[in-house]
Amino acid sequence: MDATTKKQLQATACKVRMGVIEGTFNAKSGHPGGSLSISDLLTYLYFVNMHVDPSQPQMSDRDRMVLSKGHCAPALYAALAQRGFFSYDELKSLRHIGAMLQGHPCIHTPGVDMSSGSLGQGISAACGMALAGKLDNAAYKVYTILGDGEVEEGQVWEAAMFASHYKLDNLIAIIDNNGLQIDGAITEVCSPEPITDKFAAFGWHVITMDAHDFDSIESAFNEAETIVGKPVAIIQKSIKGKGVSFMENQVGWHGKAPNKEEYDKAMAELSAQLRELED
Amino acid sequence: MADIIKKATRESYGEALAALADKYPNLVVLDADLAAATKTGIFKKACPERFFDCGIAEANMMGVAAGLATAGKIPFASTFAMFAAGRAYEIVRNSIGYPHLNVKIGATHAGISVGEDGATHQCNEDIALMRTIPGMTIINPADDVEAKAAIEAAINFDGPVYLRFGRLAAPVFNDTSSYKFELGKGITLRDGKDITIVATGLMVSEALNAAKQLEAENIDARVINIHTIKPLDKDIICKAAAETGLIVTVEEHSIIGGLGSAVAEAVTECTPVPVVKIGVNDEYGHSGPAVDLLKEFGLCADNIAAIVKKAISNKK
Repeated sequence: MDATTKKQLQATACKVRMGVIEGTFNAKSGHPGGSLSISDLLTYLYFVNMHVDPSQPQMSDRDRMVLSKGHCAPALYAALAQRGFFSYDELKSLRHIGAMLQGHPCIHTPGVDMSSGSLGQGISAACGMALAGKLDNAAYKVYTILGDGEVEEGQVWEAAMFASHYKLDNLIAIIDNNGLQIDGAITEVCSPEPITDKFAAFGWHVITMDAHDFDSIESAFNEAETIVGKPVAIIQKSIKGKGVSFMENQVGWHGKAPNKEEYDKAMAELSAQLRELED
Repeated sequence: MADIIKKATRESYGEALAALADKYPNLVVLDADLAAATKTGIFKKACPERFFDCGIAEANMMGVAAGLATAGKIPFASTFAMFAAGRAYEIVRNSIGYPHLNVKIGATHAGISVGEDGATHQCNEDIALMRTIPGMTIINPADDVEAKAAIEAAINFDGPVYLRFGRLAAPVFNDTSSYKFELGKGITLRDGKDITIVATGLMVSEALNAAKQLEAENIDARVINIHTIKPLDKDIICKAAAETGLIVTVEEHSIIGGLGSAVAEAVTECTPVPVVKIGVNDEYGHSGPAVDLLKEFGLCADNIAAIVKKAISNKK
């Protein structure tokens, strides 16, 4: 990836992170930690990889995204707003009564391809979309993002078995391996590791990537494009809370909104990062 | 009089899907390793390229159905009622109901007429569970003719539909040439002024037989077939309440949350009259031949007639 493109993506990811902070601060609730760990991923998908058109969110040949870890909706919404599906101001009414942006993704929001958030369910819907694509000989890809805690749900492995059995090579699941879930470290709560080996054992092509390095992200998705006859699992090694110093690797920021002081501090950090990137 | 033909509505399900495959190219069928029992195997044989076995994984099957529906397919997700409504309840609620996707759930082996398999497989709670999901349509057809018509109506209806089918062969009392299925409309099968028997599914023919018995004792019973439990035809129920002043409901389902509850809820808001519920009384079933179980649990014409007589004498 050339330096200019990379810088642009980093700047966009920074804006997505600001949207996460904006949304959760105004909502006085929500999940900033896991939203920040997928901000680079969503930026890459919506600004490089995915074939979407904000003026035609229902376009039949669009690539699909199912945010299986739906509690990280603030990042999805921030990315969709950056991409032009709706205005940035919508983020300020996240989770409010009468607002378009629900606490977890709702299919009626422009750009949201599936209602999700009850963990383990999104990957099954993504399998259904991928199967429909196969039936229609359509060229679209289906992306789904799961949490590393989420893979403790049994339904994930039912879906993993299905995707492999039906050779859904138009399906790419990204597992956000930030190592933390609500009750603590995933290895201490009820370890789902080794996640990589498990997907491989279920017949998936497995790739690992650095979730905060656009070269690594690009190389992972380029590899995924070449895989035929198997679904692809990308295990992204990430940092929960990435980009906001006091949120990084802190399990307490899983599902807590920043207060005014924390909001100002986070926004100041992200603004400084953005200024540096845009210089 | 010719012998009455009997056929299980699960057979109707498999046959209808196969028969409709060409007419509806977006129709796809999913099953969870029960194709031989749910009879979707008939569809699989006719149209293998649109049949997908999900293995013994009902939660994923419901989610896959949801995903297919987002892309314009009309999936029929098929398994036993116990697993469709019970095991996969939350997936049906959140992945199908909440986004209001065009998924049809074909739930076979409902009620205690599952028979020998016993309590773990006898689902008497599915109607109650599905009724609580906003926007879910629930259809419980009474015989082969009604089941086949209901399946095509469900295909032509945009939204989630729960279709309930039985394992046991049921008398075919409707006539294909004259039968017309209207979603959400009850059918008065027999007029009467003394009492109304409201029945659904397998119990409709038992209710008709009970009405015949009662006629011999000078009791004029109206019989209403409610094939669509949700949305309920409140007009036909409230009219019956006003005109007959007494209602007995009959269903092969728990008396908690099913047809009887739906009817009672409707009646209390329009014309409060006594509603006596016949169904499975807050208990589990057990193993045994289906017909014997139905008798044991009072889901037969003799018991319906006895309860009706008791209800009438209580009212006087």
